[in-house]
Amino acid sequence: MSLQEFWDYLVLGVMLGSLYAVIAIGYTLVYGVLQLINFAHSEVFMLGAYGSLIVLQLVSPGDNPSVMASIGFVALAMAGSALFGGVTAYGLEKVAYRPLRRRGAPRLIFLITAIGASFFLYNLAGKLFGRDPLPLPEMYENREIFSLFGAGVNITQLLQFATAVVMMVLLDLVVNRTKLGMGIRAVAQDAEVAGLMGVNIDKVVSRTFIIGGVLGGVAGFLFANLNQVSYTMGFIPGITAFAAAVVGGIGNIRGAMFGGVLIGIVETMTVPLLGDEWRSVSAMVVLILVLMFRPMGILGERVGRAA
Amino acid sequence: MSTTTELRKDTGTPDSAEETLLELCSMHVFYGAIEALKGIDLTVRKGEIVALLGGNGAGKTTTLRTISGMLQPRQGEVRYRGERIDGIKSHELVQFGIGHVPEGRRVFAAMTVRDNLEMGAYRFSSVDPADMDRVFTLFPRLAERRSQLAGTLSGGEQQMLAIGRALMGEPELLLLDEPSMGLAPLIVQQIFEIIEEINKQGTTVLLVEQNATQALGLANRGYVLETGSVAMSGPAAELLSDPRIREAYLGEGAA
Ligand SMILES: Nc1ncnc2c1ncn2[C@@H]1O[C@H](COP(=O)(O)OP(=O)(O)OP(=O)(O)O)[C@@H](O)[C@H]1O
Ligand SMILES: [Mg+2]
Repeated sequence: MSLQEFWDYLVLGVMLGSLYAVIAIGYTLVYGVLQLINFAHSEVFMLGAYGSLIVLQLVSPGDNPSVMASIGFVALAMAGSALFGGVTAYGLEKVAYRPLRRRGAPRLIFLITAIGASFFLYNLAGKLFGRDPLPLPEMYENREIFSLFGAGVNITQLLQFATAVVMMVLLDLVVNRTKLGMGIRAVAQDAEVAGLMGVNIDKVVSRTFIIGGVLGGVAGFLFANLNQVSYTMGFIPGITAFAAAVVGGIGNIRGAMFGGVLIGIVETMTVPLLGDEWRSVSAMVVLILVLMFRPMGILGERVGRAA
Repeated sequence: MSTTTELRKDTGTPDSAEETLLELCSMHVFYGAIEALKGIDLTVRKGEIVALLGGNGAGKTTTLRTISGMLQPRQGEVRYRGERIDGIKSHELVQFGIGHVPEGRRVFAAMTVRDNLEMGAYRFSSVDPADMDRVFTLFPRLAERRSQLAGTLSGGEQQMLAIGRALMGEPELLLLDEPSMGLAPLIVQQIFEIIEEINKQGTTVLLVEQNATQALGLANRGYVLETGSVAMSGPAAELLSDPRIREAYLGEGAA
């Protein structure tokens, strides 16, 4: 691998990793407050992508939109994905998980429910939206806008990376600086005592799902913008981002960010070194190695230490 | 203790209904099929310190948890200022002015001292700096450690933080579950002095303790729980001098 190739793949890896990080946050947030692995989060991601597709089909950007129009289309698509992601996650919690919490169901039941919800949602999407992958309508003319260490970066990549970073910064502020964030951290550490302090646990859990859902939905849009929209698109990125959350330390938001970027880089670097077919394998190898030597994740499982 | 004859009937009949803050009326609480509380009657009047005593597993914690809405009685009532509060969820109950310092402190270990105190004021739209000052005046050690993570505090400091956190919610009635648990005698002494001070400042206190002498030394009245029932109750001084109490809780031989 030449030095130039190294930079090329590193830049790609960091960008992909930023996307994994955003998805991983969704897993980690929910785990933080409920100690539940929300395996249906991959479908939140997938439905977010459909949200942007539907909005874009409605507004149908023509050829050669002006810069202002392009920005508008991107904003609308993003809003559509955020809405679909947020609503899906909210509904999941309300319909699938809350009734189980009421009954104090054992952890295994939650897990099976999560997997069931995931099957249900992606088959529903296949039925509703068709089973053929679709590209997002073009919102702008993609071109290279600058180069980083000689690696060209185009608008789509920049959009993806910048959006991911902005969302992570905003999330960090919400969790660490707002009252809702304080409630989330308190529920994650000791839900019962948080209740004694006046925290409405159901409300905090519900909002946590919405936050994770918005992040996951927008990530779905960003992913689809690079690839395509399909009802099965959630599975691989979902599993990979989950691995990233565990690698960073499940329950730990900064761990999810770190794990996401790490796995993004490793996966991408695998392509020139071992070949494209080893891509997904490499993420799981990282997961297994981390679990062997540091089972609590690299930054440590830190339920409640949301930051 | 098999001779669980009552010292006297509950003397907690209030002089006037207005004075009564908290009232438990034949409250039965179950964990599944297990009846943990078998008809508890208990009254706390405004301004009092009431001690709730009893050995391990007597049902003291269960009583407090039912008062703050974490458990629901299957039978009986919980009344606060004459209003029924059983069935109200704990996060809503805070608005009534009931503060609860849980057994084992349960501070938010991964938050700083300051964040823990701010959590205590969660029910208000904003933190009142006067409340923060009051807590730091009562517990100067917390002031020094305000930026320290609560999980790294000593046991005594954590207990102070747990009490301070509850005070941030400006409770009218403070429920304290074994604040002396696992602490050195000197710290226990300090904590008890502070409880007295908090009471003097106008907060009514229901104090759960195993440490009967010290708790009764502080309290106006006391109740003794035994396997889910009130075995004795009365003015603190009477309980302190009762031979059965001395035998069972103060480690003295039969009188
Ligand atoms: N979650 C629970 N599930 C089942 N039984 C419980 C539960 N919590 C308490 N109990 C039972 O209820 C009874 C009363 O317990 P409780 O914790 O109220 O006692 P306590 O007086 O606070 O004791 P200690 O002084 O040891 O704290 C005990 O027999 C206990 O085993
Ligand atoms: Mg107890």
